Amino acid sequence: MLRRRLNRLFGGDERRVESRTINVGHRSGSPNEAIIPPKFCDNRIVSSKYTVWNFLPKNLFEQFRRIANFYFLIIFLVQVIVDTPTSPVTSGLPLFFVITVTAIKQGYEDWLRHKADNEVNKYPVTVLEDGRRIRKESEKIKVGDVVEVEEDETFPCDLILLQSSRDDDTCFVTTASLDGESNHKTHYTVPDTERNLESLNATIECEEPQPDLYKFVGRMHIYTNNQEPAVRSLGPENLLLKGATLKNTQKIYGVAVYSGMETKMALNYQGKSQKRSAVEKSINAFLLVYLCILVSKALVCTTLKYVWQSKPGQDEPWYNEKTQKEKDTNLYLKMFTDFLSFMVLFNFIIPVSMYVTVEMQKFLGSFFITWDKDFFDPEIKEGALVNTSDLNEELGQVEYVFTDKTGTLTQNNMEFIECCIDGFQYKYQDARSELDGFCVTDGPVNKLQQKAGREREELFLRALCLCHTVQVKESPEQAQDQVDGLTDQVDDLEVDGEVPYPSQEQRSFIASSPDEVALVKGAMRYGFTFLGLESKSMKILNRNNGVEMYELLHVLNFDPVRRRMSVIVRSKSGDTLLFCKGADSSIFPRVRQEEVERIRMHVERNATEGYRTLCVAYKCLSAEEYAQADEGLREARLALQNREEKLMAVYNQVETGMSLIGATAVEDRLQEEAAETMEALQGAGMKVWVLTGDKMETAKSTCYACRLFQRNTELLELTVRTLEDGGRRREERLHDLLNEYHKKAVQDAPPAKAGVTSWSSANQDYGFIIDGATLSMVLNSSSESNSSRYKNLFLQICQNCTAVLCCRMAPLQKAQIVKMVKNSKGSPITLSIGDGANDVSMILEAHVGIGIKGKEGRQAVRNSDYAIPKLKHLKKLLLAHGHLYYVRIAHLVQYFFYKNLCFILPQFLYQFFCGYSQQPLYDAAYLTMYNICFTSMPILAYSLLEQHICIEVLLDNATLYREIAKNATLRWRPFLYWTLLGVFHGLLFFFGVRYLFSNPALQDNGQVFGNWSYGTIVFTVLVFTVTLKLALDTRHWTWINHFVIWGSLAFYVFFSFFWGGIIWPFLSQQRLYFVFANMLSSVSAWLVIILLILLSLLPEILLVVFRKPRGPNARQKELVQSSVGGHQSPRSSARPLLMRTFSDESNTVI
Amino acid sequence: MMASSYNAKEEDGHHSGAPAHGGAAAAAAKSKKPDNTAFKQQRLPAWQPILTAGTVLPAFFVIGLIFIPIGIGLFVTSNNIREFEIDYTGVDVDSPCYSCARNFSWNNTAPCLCSVDFTLEQPFESNVFMYYGLSNFYQNHRRYVKSRDDSQLYGDRSALTNPSKECEPYRMSDGQAIAPCGAIANSLFNDTLELYHIDSNGTRNTIPLVKKGIAWWTDKHVKFRNPGGNNNLTAAFRGTSKPVNWRKPVYDLDPSDPDNNGFINEDFIVWMRTAALPTFRKLYRIIQKKAVTTPTLPSGRYVLNISYNYPVLSFDGRKRMILSTISWMGGKNPFLGIAYITVGSICFFLGVVLLIIHHKYDTRNNSADIPN
Repeated sequence: MLRRRLNRLFGGDERRVESRTINVGHRSGSPNEAIIPPKFCDNRIVSSKYTVWNFLPKNLFEQFRRIANFYFLIIFLVQVIVDTPTSPVTSGLPLFFVITVTAIKQGYEDWLRHKADNEVNKYPVTVLEDGRRIRKESEKIKVGDVVEVEEDETFPCDLILLQSSRDDDTCFVTTASLDGESNHKTHYTVPDTERNLESLNATIECEEPQPDLYKFVGRMHIYTNNQEPAVRSLGPENLLLKGATLKNTQKIYGVAVYSGMETKMALNYQGKSQKRSAVEKSINAFLLVYLCILVSKALVCTTLKYVWQSKPGQDEPWYNEKTQKEKDTNLYLKMFTDFLSFMVLFNFIIPVSMYVTVEMQKFLGSFFITWDKDFFDPEIKEGALVNTSDLNEELGQVEYVFTDKTGTLTQNNMEFIECCIDGFQYKYQDARSELDGFCVTDGPVNKLQQKAGREREELFLRALCLCHTVQVKESPEQAQDQVDGLTDQVDDLEVDGEVPYPSQEQRSFIASSPDEVALVKGAMRYGFTFLGLESKSMKILNRNNGVEMYELLHVLNFDPVRRRMSVIVRSKSGDTLLFCKGADSSIFPRVRQEEVERIRMHVERNATEGYRTLCVAYKCLSAEEYAQADEGLREARLALQNREEKLMAVYNQVETGMSLIGATAVEDRLQEEAAETMEALQGAGMKVWVLTGDKMETAKSTCYACRLFQRNTELLELTVRTLEDGGRRREERLHDLLNEYHKKAVQDAPPAKAGVTSWSSANQDYGFIIDGATLSMVLNSSSESNSSRYKNLFLQICQNCTAVLCCRMAPLQKAQIVKMVKNSKGSPITLSIGDGANDVSMILEAHVGIGIKGKEGRQAVRNSDYAIPKLKHLKKLLLAHGHLYYVRIAHLVQYFFYKNLCFILPQFLYQFFCGYSQQPLYDAAYLTMYNICFTSMPILAYSLLEQHICIEVLLDNATLYREIAKNATLRWRPFLYWTLLGVFHGLLFFFGVRYLFSNPALQDNGQVFGNWSYGTIVFTVLVFTVTLKLALDTRHWTWINHFVIWGSLAFYVFFSFFWGGIIWPFLSQQRLYFVFANMLSSVSAWLVIILLILLSLLPEILLVVFRKPRGPNARQKELVQSSVGGHQSPRSSARPLLMRTFSDESNTVI
Repeated sequence: MMASSYNAKEEDGHHSGAPAHGGAAAAAAKSKKPDNTAFKQQRLPAWQPILTAGTVLPAFFVIGLIFIPIGIGLFVTSNNIREFEIDYTGVDVDSPCYSCARNFSWNNTAPCLCSVDFTLEQPFESNVFMYYGLSNFYQNHRRYVKSRDDSQLYGDRSALTNPSKECEPYRMSDGQAIAPCGAIANSLFNDTLELYHIDSNGTRNTIPLVKKGIAWWTDKHVKFRNPGGNNNLTAAFRGTSKPVNWRKPVYDLDPSDPDNNGFINEDFIVWMRTAALPTFRKLYRIIQKKAVTTPTLPSGRYVLNISYNYPVLSFDGRKRMILSTISWMGGKNPFLGIAYITVGSICFFLGVVLLIIHHKYDTRNNSADIPN
């Protein structure tokens, strides 16, 4: 809407449509341009959905948009309009209850939102107006206002930083509330603005609001008296986002560019698309079946009614005449209303309460995840987080696990291991004596006892010290506040194996990536300490305790596409140097080839050992070269459109012809129990795919370490390397390889018996490796027909492999893979787990997204469905929680349909005996209360507390997870079983009582029972049977189960006495007056109730006998197995996490 | 969901904005640690019954052993109940009530009388309960069941003159409210049955029929009440009209006994309790046992005198008179006994079969397990 308004304002000017112009401080920019003050939205945040006035209609509208609610509303309206057998109350009351509860819940949530909104909107802020400081409420800020923010305040809207109280024109912010990253980020003022904000006359041109937090382009025109306006480029480093907090800086001034709902924060809180679980789909399928049953029942009854009525004397006997109105009604209309009446009579077969119970079960059940103390991680002092409760049961259905490597399988806790300078290996050793002083000769250990020249060494270390974006944390007190993992204090004792370093500096480093900190710390060990960045100059303490200063000219930021970053610095001596570090694949092509070979060996060896390797290169820039680069960079930074692409082009141009100095190896440790977790997941029948942006060698070794690949796993490799091997065209080679692997893994493999033995050791295990480039070839093959064929082949190969490793993946490719698997045949349930922003896309794509509360910020956690602190928690989350949730909800759903089927079936059968007159069998109170009170609590308690197998056993025996795979208990067979059970029970109840009533004189005083007694007996049997059926299914009787099961039975008895014990003045008919008490006074009624309950439960008990002979023995075997597994696990955990002795090459097929 | 996460973020922002945010963060972190309670950790002490063949099999035997005797008891009891049933509808030409049935008209003022002879082969020893039975009479038809006004029957004055809409089309008659209104009341069974014993001399002895104690006590004393007490019903029902098919107004149902007149007439109350099935019986009279030594109804010839007022042929119905003794389980009904015996025997039989199967299977399985 706003855009449309802007369009109108800037009519015709195409270029400016996508951007907005802001006058700083509302002063007209250039004097010769007439200013129409553009209208922007105010700074009010409205996250609430309702106001007091529109709450009722809007909420009701929203609620009745749900298909189930709408269905019940229709039923209710039919009851109101048409003369139906049951009063509108019977369906109106539950519906009213559901609607009210939901409305109250939503109203409360909205009230909280209003409160939160108000807190934000009424927050006092200081605005500079005509040189005066004015206190305002936050919501009154207008775009263009100059706002003052003090330390520890949050920014009230998106601001362009104009002035900071810090000398170096920077300020620090944390975006903890935006993306959870609590590290301090540096933001810069617009360069060269006037110090006097009062007289600042400038306009800002920037893009229209967009939700990406890390993107912003704009430029500022500064008008000074009649001079040509100066232009400054604005980037994300100038933009302070609403919701972020100012840190470490006393005061800043900024001009508001986006306000209110247009701030990036507000734009980012648009809800995620809702994920629906497989169980929900099953419910809907079952609902459809029951709807068909309902309609056919109604149709059968309507038809039979008119057949029956056509016999003379039946339709209107003398004792039962129709009213005049009825006689006048059109026959077809009557038929239709009869049909509707039958629908209403049988509508209880689709229970309103099921939705409520399912919702409640999910909502309450999800608390068990957050409450689980096993998920509590003492390091980050947090437990698991549940962002959605809709997917609990999906955790028990996972077939594919897509896991990120860095930070997920590994700890993302980087430790500098070694470096290689000019081909000589320098291995850092822990022994302190060797570290004493700054003598580097103690440090490096080389097999050949050789080392590179001192000059090269120092150049390399300087490069490490300079080429980064690390900040030094200033005061140690503040460092203690920072609990976030991004601050790695030098003397951090938590990092295993690192000896306290007796350094006089209590400094800690803050960086966006832990690699960088590790590298800077690594350089420190060799005597080069980074002291910090002060007003564009980097200070280094060198080996001789001398401080070196370098002027930081440019930072060529890291990005995942380039996979490298560079800095351009000018040394004291005036040399302009470019230092570049990055992945080998991105560095090697840009350096002189003769240097590569020496280093490549080291890099590859380090990579096979599971280290993360980076190559360091440098280049001396001549004055002309620098001038050219400088100009190019400035130009690109000022560009409003395609800034990214332009910058990229300049970067690529600058980072060429470098010379390689060395490489570093940083170890990323495996997560605790990563291998055990992966083994458990595979044991549970899940296929684990590792999707990583990392190098193949590193990723492969991690896979071995995690035991995703075993020693005997045959690796099928489909990477750029194998494609280039044959010397033929890549496409041909790809085609051949795909066919070959397909033959091997799919066609030759013995047909696996649906998940029973496919994992056993008898079969050859295959592992599949593919890299990003090859994947895109597979997915986007040139010809359309090939593409789908390749995709199929690829999928089939992957599905027959125990583990798949996809390396060199871009975030979007990760999501692509997840999507491909998700949409493959059988639509398996997928789970993605990751910790970083690069995993967000796959987390959102998968059925279940799990975030790890790791070190790479909180985006993953924010976008996930569940967040856990550590990878090892995944095992319990899936094997125990997921399994239990699935079994619980599956039972809940089946039970609900069952209990309503045997509730309504007698009522249907009764129609055959009452002239198809829609006479209800049960009293209205029973009809209403059956699902709400009498039978709802036991199943709810069951669905929250049931542990048919206790948690320890579930954790010990991963194979148990396979028993519920593929939606096992909600497939059509179990559904049919439950339906047949319901039919059997319904028939039994009805006809049992029917034969009893062949002589209605059931009391010992000869008095007879009427139709309400009939219904009450059936109903009593029904309530007891369905409750006891649940009791039979309950394997885990806590006091709560006892309480609700026996309690609801007692409540039923009590209620029936109460309901029948009083002449209720508000009832038009006292149908049940003393019916229940009279029933209990009849011995025959007692006997028939007992008989029918027992007979109904007999098949269940019988099944137990037939099923159980396998049960105990199977369990014994499981115990044996688990004890064997117990033997293995201590040994396995004692194994070194990174196997360094495997010989994977021999297994690789090439 | 979106909303709550949004709120959480907002709160975070304000926490960190607070001056003593280190402490606040620590407190928040502490509160985040899950409580180690049995409930929250899903470790509530629980009874985990494992139903095995071993525990279930005895249950089968127990059920069998309990049910079979109960069943036999029920069966014997039911068989000992004397029951005699006679259809007096008058469908056949040679049946005594044929003419009454044929010539029925609502306008007949005089009742049509007929009498049926029958013979009891065996004496009825204890109290005998006399029922009338109707077939193909849909008392459970919805239009019929709801066609009553319980507050009128409860003696409510306003409902008396202004009955519920549910009573339509038996609500008003000639501008006056019908009392009792509705189809049920309107179709009150109004045949009069009299029973005579013909002794060896051929004389007819009237058998005294007790007409009280046939309705539920609570119905008689609470649910049904005459407006303004039981005295002077004529005045109480002034301004109301009798149901169209009735021959006499409600206050003349039993003029001889004020406690059985008006709405609290027991025949009326019994009728008002609608039957469950289209073939039903309702208690009509009780024949009390007079002396310990003589049977209530000795075997022999009897005559049933009927004043035939109730037409059933129009809807192909049947009328019966039933004489029955009653046991602790009620009237004669072999169903329960047979059901109990069947279920008990099945249980017992299953128990035996399962025991054999289980025993064989178990030993074989165990022996197979040992080498493992």
